[in-house]
Amino acid sequence: MINFVLSRLVRAIVTIFAVMTFAFVVLRLSGDPAQVMLGPDVPTSAIEAFRSRWGLDQPLWMQYLAYIRSILTGDFGTSMRDGMPAARLVLERIPSTLQLTVPALVLQLAIGIPAGVYAALHRQSATDRGVIFLSVLGFTVPSFVLGLLLVLVFAVTFAILPSGGYGSWQHAILPALTMSIGGIGILARFSRSAMIEVMGQPYVRTASAKGMAWRDVVWRHALPNAAVPIVTIVGFMVGSLIAGAVVVESIFSWPGIGRLLVVSVTNRDLPVVQCILLMIASAMVVSNLIVDLLYGWLDPRLRSQAAH
Amino acid sequence: MRSNLVELCDLKVAFDGTTVLHGIDLDVAPGEALGLVGESGCGKSVTWLAALGLLPGKATVTGSVKVEGREMLGQPRAALEGIRGGKIAMIFQDPSSSLNPVLRVGRQIVEALSIHRGLGGAAARTEALRLLDMVGIPDARGRFDLFPHEFSGGQCQRLMIAMALAGQPDLLIADEPTTALDATIQAQILDLLADIRAETGMATVFISHDLGAVSQVCDRVCVMYSGRIVEAGGIDELFAHPRHPYTRGLFDAIPQIDGPRSRLIPIPGTVPNPKAMPTGCAFSPRCSRAMDACGSGVPELTADTNGRLLACRNPVPVPQQGRKPARVLEAAL
Amino acid sequence: MSAPLIEASDLVRIYHSRKRLFSKATDTRAVDGVSLKVMPGETLGIVGESGSGKSTLGRMLLGIDPAQAGEVRFDGKPMPRLGTAEWRALRARMQLVYQDPLAALDKRLPIASQIGEPLEIHKLAGSAERETCVAELMAAVGLRPDQAERFPHELSGGQRQRAVIARALASRPQLLVCDEPVAALDVSIQAQVVNMLRDLQEESGIAMIFISHDLKVVRNIADRVAVMYLGHIVEEATSNVLFRAPRHPYTKALVSSVPVSGQRLKDRTILQGEPPNPADRPSGCPFHPRCPLAAAVCRAETPPLRWVGPNRSAACHMVSPEPTSVAA
Repeated sequence: MINFVLSRLVRAIVTIFAVMTFAFVVLRLSGDPAQVMLGPDVPTSAIEAFRSRWGLDQPLWMQYLAYIRSILTGDFGTSMRDGMPAARLVLERIPSTLQLTVPALVLQLAIGIPAGVYAALHRQSATDRGVIFLSVLGFTVPSFVLGLLLVLVFAVTFAILPSGGYGSWQHAILPALTMSIGGIGILARFSRSAMIEVMGQPYVRTASAKGMAWRDVVWRHALPNAAVPIVTIVGFMVGSLIAGAVVVESIFSWPGIGRLLVVSVTNRDLPVVQCILLMIASAMVVSNLIVDLLYGWLDPRLRSQAAH
Repeated sequence: MRSNLVELCDLKVAFDGTTVLHGIDLDVAPGEALGLVGESGCGKSVTWLAALGLLPGKATVTGSVKVEGREMLGQPRAALEGIRGGKIAMIFQDPSSSLNPVLRVGRQIVEALSIHRGLGGAAARTEALRLLDMVGIPDARGRFDLFPHEFSGGQCQRLMIAMALAGQPDLLIADEPTTALDATIQAQILDLLADIRAETGMATVFISHDLGAVSQVCDRVCVMYSGRIVEAGGIDELFAHPRHPYTRGLFDAIPQIDGPRSRLIPIPGTVPNPKAMPTGCAFSPRCSRAMDACGSGVPELTADTNGRLLACRNPVPVPQQGRKPARVLEAAL
Repeated sequence: MSAPLIEASDLVRIYHSRKRLFSKATDTRAVDGVSLKVMPGETLGIVGESGSGKSTLGRMLLGIDPAQAGEVRFDGKPMPRLGTAEWRALRARMQLVYQDPLAALDKRLPIASQIGEPLEIHKLAGSAERETCVAELMAAVGLRPDQAERFPHELSGGQRQRAVIARALASRPQLLVCDEPVAALDVSIQAQVVNMLRDLQEESGIAMIFISHDLKVVRNIADRVAVMYLGHIVEEATSNVLFRAPRHPYTKALVSSVPVSGQRLKDRTILQGEPPNPADRPSGCPFHPRCPLAAAVCRAETPPLRWVGPNRSAACHMVSPEPTSVAA
């Protein structure tokens, strides 16, 4: 078990390192922060001064080595814009992003999985068809369209919820809803097909053949098996929630990581962007690690493959 | 005469409007060992899955299934659940995938004990261990909490049998229980099934495509073709003198392990598609004894003078005393 | 006596499997020192249970699975390396038919063009001749001319296997390796395909290696049979002799385990235990943990395959070479 966790951890570190390197190179090739920060009309001397202040006049590989060195000492750089430590800027925004993503994930799990499982158990029924239709609708409508639509209905027409901003729990309702709906659709679809497949397996027939009540067959024999593919999808969805935050926070002017990322990219505030990407990559890697561990817990076959 | 344990009457099954089982009449007496033989798609497994309500929802089942005189078809789910595993237990072809991969084997057996005998805790564990010993799982105590993938195919079938025995059934339906297993393991499982029947006195229905395996554990055999029973009778007489041309053809098609290496006698053609059944007797297009009359109207299953049930207008004649016995007879002796 | 068509000596195939990043690799000796010969026009049956290495051996004889040790000689010349031009050219002379015909056929092509494909690959016939060749092949395996343009899913299991065999025969090979070719077929259809293979062999004089777990089918089709257990050949004899009077205790149990119609369960040798894991092979004779005759020498030394009588050899310490004194 320890061996299994260790090998996953090594893989995780390699992944994060690769993301960091990629982000570093691409960001430095995609535009000059000095020009963007200072504007087009400043004298060359000011530009030169800015560059040497941030080390941008050094060769790329030297900048990279310096960056890695500072990361390893726990220094994530300073914002080029307001001189604040990048890590602090990012950390300040995390709670507000979590206020959207956590409720969105809870909604996805609480609605998507039961809807899919119910549809699978009542195949070809009206409910099943309804679930399929709504889930296709849910994951095909882009979140920016959906967000604007929700604003139009609940904020403009009925005026019962704020159209954007931050402050009370009412402010979080529309953005969290927007973020969750695509995932609900995907999860419902996947839970349905996972459950249909499991219900056709010989061991489910065995459970029925030994006289087990239908409810117990579903809960004790089918669901634990269907959980493996469902967990895989949930793992992916955690990643897409973070990506969704970029769009949704912009629509609803929500002061989270997503908006900070958009603003920092526009300003070429490299240390902040790098810090955010590092954080996102770590979050994804951690969620994958959790999924891997859950696999082993859910499926003894994978556990023994990993441990023996 | 004791009353029958199970009586199937005019049992029909259709999938999406295509009839695959065309009216099965079959009785199982307490304690008897009945074999159900036929090739893939003949409906031998479907018959029993339908009787126990284990077919998927898209199947339409009509007719009558009586267990100890009580009608089961059309009963609420709970009534069937009381029969399954308790009165009638079933084991399947692919033992490794018939056990739940994410649950410990001990727990899967304990579940059956708690459903049918209300056992729990230490009592259930003791009884489950007794069953595991009975079916020949070595070191049952040490392997009680292992998962199915940690057992071989033959051992998984032993586990399935232990689970089936947990409900102390009056009838065990064994659906191709040895088909997926290696020859030497197949022999072990057949042996175990025969031993258990001798010990518990429960009736057995043995579903198989393998005539050899059926003859080793059964008293009576039904031969099925395209969703109908075409011949039924006591195992010794039927194997000595098969009368339906299909049964006869099946015997002739099996290569012999001893005797001369003669050319095989196959049955020409293939099994008809259930969506396009021939008119008349379903076997007539492949039958060497077919007459004009065979093309119209399905022959009824009726008893011949010796009590053999037969659905054929031109059956293989019963050999006279002193005539040269058929090749199958040689093999049987 | 002529030279053998294919000859294998001391073939070894070991699969290394590493289940985990930091763990020690385990070795599975799938085929462990197998030697055999097949004469032109002869059929050799290979029987054994799952894990005996019979399918791996079949692939090694075809040169699809490389041997770690030992050598395969086809028609007197050593097997060329996998993937070389010589190896590809040799494909025309040796063909494989395996259990699942649906997986072996391309479901988007009508069967006639699939049967003609080897002619095209090995440039054996012009496009005009090809059509006649395909028609002849189809007739030889018992497919009707009107089935030429059918797709695999429009045929029954038996017809598909006929199409696969026709394709294998297209390049007029000298050797056909059949790996469980009738295992997925119903008894009545199985007999059709077995008869067809026997007819083909009589007419064309092709040599065949017939791998199967079904002793009755092997008995019917093979001239000579090799019994495998855990990567070893434990007994080899002509088909008539082997099934009538098996000598090796494993062969005895195997033959006795075949259910014969009309025979009750009595007086059979039922083997206890299960075949051990090939990755964890016992010392000495691979069969000793299940063998009723096992003695101390069986646990210590692996018995070699040796002559025990006319036309037969066995690998067992307990079987004496005199054909009259049968052990046990």
